[in-house]
Amino acid sequence: MKILVVDDFSTMRRIVKNLLRDLGFTNTQEADDGLTALPMLQSGDFDFLVTDWNMPGMTGLDLLKHVRADDKLKTLPVLMVTAEAKRDQIVAAAQAGVNGYVVKPFTAAVLKEKIDKIFERVDG
Amino acid sequence: MAELNIEPHAPSFQQEMKQLAEDLLQKIEHGDLGKVVGVVNSINEARDRTLYKEIGKLTRGLHESIKNIKTGDELSEESGMGQASDKLSYVIEMTDKAANRTMDLAEEGMPLNQENLDGSIELQEQWQKFLRKELKPNEFRDLTKKVDAYFSQTQANSKKIGSQLSDILMAQDFQDLTGQVIQRVTKLVAEVESRLVDLVAMAGEVDRITGITHTETHQTETPQEDSNNVLAEGPQIDTSIEGVVEGQDDVDDLLSSLGF
Repeated sequence: MKILVVDDFSTMRRIVKNLLRDLGFTNTQEADDGLTALPMLQSGDFDFLVTDWNMPGMTGLDLLKHVRADDKLKTLPVLMVTAEAKRDQIVAAAQAGVNGYVVKPFTAAVLKEKIDKIFERVDG
Repeated sequence: MAELNIEPHAPSFQQEMKQLAEDLLQKIEHGDLGKVVGVVNSINEARDRTLYKEIGKLTRGLHESIKNIKTGDELSEESGMGQASDKLSYVIEMTDKAANRTMDLAEEGMPLNQENLDGSIELQEQWQKFLRKELKPNEFRDLTKKVDAYFSQTQANSKKIGSQLSDILMAQDFQDLTGQVIQRVTKLVAEVESRLVDLVAMAGEVDRITGITHTETHQTETPQEDSNNVLAEGPQIDTSIEGVVEGQDDVDDLLSSLGF
């Protein structure tokens, strides 16, 4: 399972990568915003995308929209891990086709639960 | 912080105007037109003087409050605002460093702890065998050696983990420093805000003295919230605000109501 972690803060990328490693996902790569993430997704065979929302360049929501609009990427499971906590925003992310939404600050257990849920649904 | 005193209609100015006006009336009644022009000029001068004085005061006040952000040991001549953003960059840098230091230490400690755990599990298995009298004499000799090695290993690991934990504690010292910096920047923002309020009041007085009237400028249209373009707003500090979720449970409820 190859996972791309997108966040503009390196510490948050590191935390997410650590948690993913604890969950048994060791094949992770990083990008610091949507603009760097999108070409990586298009050229690399990623199985899962974990992205922040608020980033310079291209936001996570725009990245999600680009992913859903791309024939090759449109079925890629996307988990949003973000501090954005308004109902409108969560609804917008859902409408854009997000597979899971975790608000920061979050716990390892919450991240695990959402990832398990996403793969249950994708595999099932 | 020097108090800013905005009194464009201070008694001296009003008295001066009153006197000049009376003088002007007198001159007109006497038909002394040459002198009338002189008095009109004096009125203009008095008005300009007051205006410049107040604008000067205000500029000085603004400058002072911006200068206040500078602490003694800083040599740079940059503006207060420039320094404020430098200070905030320093906060980001400090918190980044502390977070990485903490994660480095935790990552170094985790395998040591795992080593202790693995060793203990292995010894326990053999110890249980011994208690069940299933251990052969040569296996027992092996076990005693392993126990001995385990003591040395756990002691060394525990010492390392202890010092890592204490370094993790020390890495939190950024909170004090960044807290102080943020307090300074917060103070600058509050000061600038109060100066701006003064500026608005001053502008109102300037208008009053000079008799300038403004045609009401229409508010530039507030950008319509485009439902297709919901913007990022950063962390919500107050979760009691309408439309803000209180935590992951709220998010889950909302998503499940949307069929997730």
